[in-house]
This record gives sequence, structure tokens and C-alpha cells, in this order.
Amino acid sequence: MIQCENVYKSFGDRTVLSGIHFSISKGKIFGLLGPSGAGKTTLIKILTGQLSFEKGKASVLNNSVQNLTDEEKKNIGIMMDQFGVYDRLSCTDNLKIFADIYSVAHNVIQSTLEMVGLKNAMNMKAMDLSKGMRTRLQLARAFLHSPSIIFLDEPTAGLDPLTMKSIHKMILDKKESGCTIFLTTHNMEEAAALCDTVALLNEGVIVEIGSPKEMCRKYNHHKTIKLHLISGEDMELMHGKESADEIYQLLKSECIETIHSSEPNLETVFLELTGRKLQGDV
Amino acid sequence: MRNVLIIIKKQFRDTLKNKTVLIQFVLFPIMTLIMEHAIELDGMPECFFTKLFSVMYIGMAPLTTVAAIISEEKEKNTLRVLMMANVKPWQYLTGVGIYVWILCMAGALVMATGLERQFIFFYLAVMGTGFMISVILGGCVGIFAKNQMSATSIVIPVMAILSFGPMLAMFNGTLEKVVRFIYTQQLKGFLDGMSFECVKGESVGIVLVNACLLIALFFLTFKRRGLE
Ligand SMILES: Nc1ncnc2c1ncn2[C@@H]1O[C@H](COP(=O)(O)OP(=O)(O)OP(=O)(O)O)[C@@H](O)[C@H]1O
Ligand SMILES: [Mg+2]
Repeated sequence: MIQCENVYKSFGDRTVLSGIHFSISKGKIFGLLGPSGAGKTTLIKILTGQLSFEKGKASVLNNSVQNLTDEEKKNIGIMMDQFGVYDRLSCTDNLKIFADIYSVAHNVIQSTLEMVGLKNAMNMKAMDLSKGMRTRLQLARAFLHSPSIIFLDEPTAGLDPLTMKSIHKMILDKKESGCTIFLTTHNMEEAAALCDTVALLNEGVIVEIGSPKEMCRKYNHHKTIKLHLISGEDMELMHGKESADEIYQLLKSECIETIHSSEPNLETVFLELTGRKLQGDV
Repeated sequence: MRNVLIIIKKQFRDTLKNKTVLIQFVLFPIMTLIMEHAIELDGMPECFFTKLFSVMYIGMAPLTTVAAIISEEKEKNTLRVLMMANVKPWQYLTGVGIYVWILCMAGALVMATGLERQFIFFYLAVMGTGFMISVILGGCVGIFAKNQMSATSIVIPVMAILSFGPMLAMFNGTLEKVVRFIYTQQLKGFLDGMSFECVKGESVGIVLVNACLLIALFFLTFKRRGLE
């Protein structure tokens, strides 16, 4: 459904994306995970035809992104944080405009608003919505015409965990109904929870790509077990026979408060690959 | 064409809520009604205020509203969303233009209530022409400006020339010689005559040249700036 072959993009003499290469098959969720400034939004813009690029091939729905037909464009839903809504209009009126453009029946507006949990706010002006509600209105707009491909640029950035969960559920529901979803995030938990495939993007280069689980397994070099003892002492043991004996002894003498296995997550994988953190101080 | 109608419909939904734009549409019609009824001086030409305010209405309302609507949509990034939903730039611009023209004509109808019946058709024809030219000029500003602030800063001086030029020219002969090359001044002349017989070929020529220049400017700006 979505393919990138060796895509390069630069602004002036600054290369923002280099050698981007991946393909996404139908009904999958693809996550582009990377820190701020990595080039995530730029890639979405390229894939949705908002930006031109110098080199390589990018295609959506088996057609090059530069010459998508009107019919194909109708099959794409986009949500970007830079996109605006009509502040003075209600949620319903906001969606009405796009329902008209896409020739969607007006009763779909209500069901879409219900789906994103804005049923009670449907007559509220967009300017009175909270940040999370606004995001959901934008999601509703991206979902409205039931596109088969959806691009979401940081759909949960800056939202509380509860709203985030409900948005995750919506995205998974969409996948269930056969949509192909491309999303960007700098939240590795989100990527791990949602995506079938994750690409780690750092300074315009995809440093690793694969299913989140496999990726963690692959980079699970230092397999350790962390113990917290009742005495307050912390221990970290390597996998192996000696550790097993030690743990056995500790367990028997009831000295252990908690045991953790320390699995690598996408965060540590990213750190290992780039020496950078995804969020916070870089 | 369907998308043009959708844009017009969208604008109509927004009208009553958008106070800054709404006031542009109603200010002069209301002022005209009030002044024509409140002030009557000896020796004042008939429908003096209607004619004066009509010219100012042409020079202000379409220009400011078109520029404000387009630049707001740019600033708030809603225009981008429309474009991504496959609304073509010309559909958007036409929609906004038609919407503003219709509302201005509605305003002109209100202002025409003070005129004698036989003049109304001529009056509306002049007003309609003026609005059309001003809408195009407003489109130029809207396309050129990146946000509302810069749109306003361009609109204000242009509006002052178009609207106050003809008014000041009444008191100043030298100014009149310059201002006569502006379409609003010629339209004011038409309104003073108030009949097709009084319309001189030279005046029509000036209005046409104005229109052509602005249309050329419009396409030039669009070609250079696009709609983003
Ligand atoms: N129009 C532009 N002109 C010049 N440079 C740009 C432009 N757009 C983006 N960039 C640069 O490209 C780089 C990547 O930007 P991009 O917006 O794609 O990052 P991002 O991964 O989406 O970051 P964030 O998580 O903060 O949204 C940044 O360094 C940015 O400065
Ligand atoms: Mg971004």
C-alpha cells in the first residue's frame, strides 16, 4: 500500500531524510519512531504529496505520490498537528464541510463523532474544545470518509494517558476494519503497543526496522535479572546457572521483595543504536 | 463546481459568528439608513449619503473581507486541509469571491432603499461592478499575505486610497486629477449621474483598465505565491 525506495530530501544544503526505504502492506500499522527533528513530519508530507523530494521513489496505493488521482486521494485520510479546524464552527459543522467535499452522508458525521467520543460535544464550538478533544475532532475528520490509508502525525502528543488509550483503541479498530495506518510518534510505548512494524528514525536515517518484539529480542544482549531485597539492597544478575542458584537460595531464605527481568524496550534499542534518547534531554 | 458551492455554504455558516467580517458587511448599509433619515440640510444633493457611503462600501467591504477570510485560513492552517481534501485553489477562491459579492450586494440592496425606483437597477449594476473589482483586489492581498497581520497592513492603505480618495477629491481639485484614474472615483461619477446616459466612454475605459490590471495582478500573485 505504501512504499518508499531510497528517498532523499533536503532543505537547502541540509539533508533531512536520506535513503528512506520501507514498504507497508495492507491492514498494517506502521510506526515511525524518532526524536524531535528526526524528519517524521517531513516524511509524512512527502508521502501525502505536500512536499517534493529530490531522489528516490515514493508511492501510495501503487501510484507515485506526485501523480495520485482524485479518486486515490479520496482514499487517504490525513491528520497532522499543524492542521487547523474552523474555530467558530461547531464540531458537527466542521465535519459537514468535509462530508460535503467527500460526498459522505450527513448521518455518518454523528457516528464518527460518537466513535471518537465527541458525541456530547458535537454542538460545541471548536475553539472551546480542550486539546484532547481537538485532536479527536481532527481524527474524526481523517476517519470521516472511511479512507483505506490513514496518515497520523503524532496523534497522541501531549495528551493524558486516558485520552491516549482511547485514541489507541480507535486506531486499532480502524486497523481491524482493514485500514492501513502510518503513524509517527516519539513515544516508544505507543509504538510498541500499536505497531506491526516500527522504523526507528534518527537524523533522517532509518537505523532499524522490524516488528517491535523482534527488535527488542534482537538487541537483548545483556540479559539480566534485577532483584530488590527486603534489606533494601539491589542486585543485578546475569542469566546463567550461578545466578539461578543464587536466586534459589535468596528465594528460600525469603529475602527477596521483587524480581524484574530487564527486557530491552524500544527506548534502549534506540539508545544503543544512536546514543540518543527519544524524549527529554538529548 | 460542487466544491465552489461547498465553500460558499461554509462561508455562510461562518458569517454570523465572524464578527470582524460581519461588521464590514453591515456597517455602511446601517450608517446609510441612519444618516439618510437623520440629517437633512438645505442644498444637499439628493441621496448624498447613499452615494458617498456606497463608494466607501465598494472600497472597503469586499477588499477587507476577502483578504481577512483567505489570510485567516492560511494562518490557522485550515486552507491546507481543504487543499488536502482535494479542493482546488480556484474553487476555493471563486467560492470566497462569490460569497463576499453576494453579501455585499445584499448590503447594496439595503442602501438602495432610499433611491427612487427607476434608479435601482443602475445603482446595483454600478455597485456589482465595483464589488467585483474589489473582490479581485482583496484576493490579491489574501494570496500575497502570509497571515492576518500582514493582510491588514496591506489592506489599510489601499482601502484608504480607494474609499477616502473620492471623498477628499470633492474638496480638492488637484487630488481629483490623480484620483480619477482609480475605479472607485469613476464609479462615484456614475452614481452622481445615476443613469446609463450619463456614463462616459472614457470613464468606462478607466474602470476596465483598472479591472484588467487587477486581474493581471491577481494571476501574477497567484502564480508566484500559490495558495500556501
Ligand atoms: N520547510 C522547511 N524548511 C527548512 N527546514 C525544514 C522545513 N521543514 C522541516 N525542516 C527541518 O527538517 C527537520 C525535520 O523536521 P520534521 O518536522 O520532519 O521533524 P519531526 O521528526 O516531525 O519532529 P517533531 O517530533 O518535533 O515533530 C528539522 O530539522 C527541521 O528544522
Ligand atoms: Mg513533527
